[in-house]
Amino acid sequence: MREEASQSRPDAVGPTSVPARVVERVYREERATIVAGLIRLCGDFSLAEDVVQDAFSKALERWPEDGVPPNPAGWVATSARRRAIDLVRRAERFREKAAVLRRLEEAEIEANPVVLPGEDGPHDDRLRLLFTCCHPALSLEAQVALTLRVVGGLSTREIARAFLIADTTMGQRLVRAKAKIRDAGIPFRVPVGPALEPRLSAVLSVLYLVFNEGYAATESEELVRRELCDEAVRLARLVVELMPREPEARGLLALMLLHHARRDTRVADGEVVLLEDQDRARWDRVAVDEGAALVEDALREGRVGPYQIQAAIAALHAQAPTPQATDWPQIVALYTVLERIHPTPVVRLNLAVAIAMAGNVAGGLAMMDALGEDGALDRYHLFHSARADLLRRLGRAEASRTAYERALAVCSHPLERRFLERRLGPNDTTGPGSSEPEGSAGSAAES
Amino acid sequence: MQYMLLIYDNEAAAGETSDAEMAKWFEVTQAMQEAGVLRGGEALHPTTTATTVRVQNGETLTTDGPFAETREQLGGYYIVDVPDLDQAIDWAARLPSAGRGPVEVRPVMVFDQG
Repeated sequence: MREEASQSRPDAVGPTSVPARVVERVYREERATIVAGLIRLCGDFSLAEDVVQDAFSKALERWPEDGVPPNPAGWVATSARRRAIDLVRRAERFREKAAVLRRLEEAEIEANPVVLPGEDGPHDDRLRLLFTCCHPALSLEAQVALTLRVVGGLSTREIARAFLIADTTMGQRLVRAKAKIRDAGIPFRVPVGPALEPRLSAVLSVLYLVFNEGYAATESEELVRRELCDEAVRLARLVVELMPREPEARGLLALMLLHHARRDTRVADGEVVLLEDQDRARWDRVAVDEGAALVEDALREGRVGPYQIQAAIAALHAQAPTPQATDWPQIVALYTVLERIHPTPVVRLNLAVAIAMAGNVAGGLAMMDALGEDGALDRYHLFHSARADLLRRLGRAEASRTAYERALAVCSHPLERRFLERRLGPNDTTGPGSSEPEGSAGSAAES
Repeated sequence: MQYMLLIYDNEAAAGETSDAEMAKWFEVTQAMQEAGVLRGGEALHPTTTATTVRVQNGETLTTDGPFAETREQLGGYYIVDVPDLDQAIDWAARLPSAGRGPVEVRPVMVFDQG
């Protein structure tokens, strides 16, 4: 394992000389393409990653002295490919060694330096990489880690910190996952036909999980974890770019952008700020506009899916100039559709909240009470706090207090605990707050 | 690559295999043959016929029954030779028992000759 090399992620090295900046840019923009092309040629994840990492290290060494080559990405790709030929030649055992060597040697990359020749080209290589990392034969944790490491280019240490586990644990997880890809023969391919839809949906849910990990970050770890949101957005953009005909991919990107647009207003002075109390002037309008345009565009395809609907809901929130101007009846309609295609307890909870916010508080509460009976949400603090809020609006102070206490009992997130404690406090003068669950990425917490 | 498809089923619930189901097993076996991927496969008698053998201090110990009491029991296997895991999974999903019990897909280890 050459994980030491992977720690020297170029942008973490520091020097801001021109060569170092070029290395950083190539790493960010071209690394996944180069790795993916090599994986296709040699069929080995670890080898491809290692030689590309070596090539970047070599670039950092050589370019400051020799000057930046005219085609930096091509230089890295060539250097990595030559190193791969070297390693495969020397390897005692390598599956289909002769065929791999032939493919690597035939890869004449001068004409189009970054693109290693193949039947479809570089974009498809990156897409294949993403689908392989998100193969359902891998555990979800492994899928997330591999995607961030291999497609995203994050170091093992960065991923470990983001998920609050030890570097060695994360390192082992990645090594095991790569070994399974090799030994179990997980193909390096984007599935076609009816197999595509479930697999694309697996890819999207991995990206959404990455986003939510960052979005639900607590105060102390916020800096590390916000990067996860940025990374998830970047990867979602990649999927949209590579699969422009998939409306759910656009829906997911829109959903992320619309939530991410509110990133600076969700916490103030160490307190969670409810959607309706957030300073709307500080929402990122560019992200809101882009997200709203994306979801409108996706919905026009006429293939509605859960991400598109959630994004449409997020757009209605983000575009309302004031909380009072929120189009709650439209949100009720959207949740009703979502509940039909994705009938989870959390979606039902959000529908109940929307019904209450649209004016029918008693109806919303009745729906929540029915939901509470099957117990599935009993350990979900947002269920209890949303219910508490409706009870409070109906003037049932005692029942409301009990529900807030239950919420506090099952909530482990420090910021949200502080919020609940304030609600429970003796001098609660808070006005009628929106009870929109805001825990992870709002309504989408069920993933 | 060769994969073993280990077929698990709940013997008690499955009961006697019906003629209709047997026909489906023959059908999928034939499809494997026609696709040129079938390298082997057998069905096993139920675990009531199993004997578990252990050797301790050079002494052979036998016990009646399977080595592990589980809800689903190994009932047979196929070995298929296909390019990748996805295709092995596709064959596994086509087995008539797959709607009831799990099929475990395991790559077969290949040792270099010479």
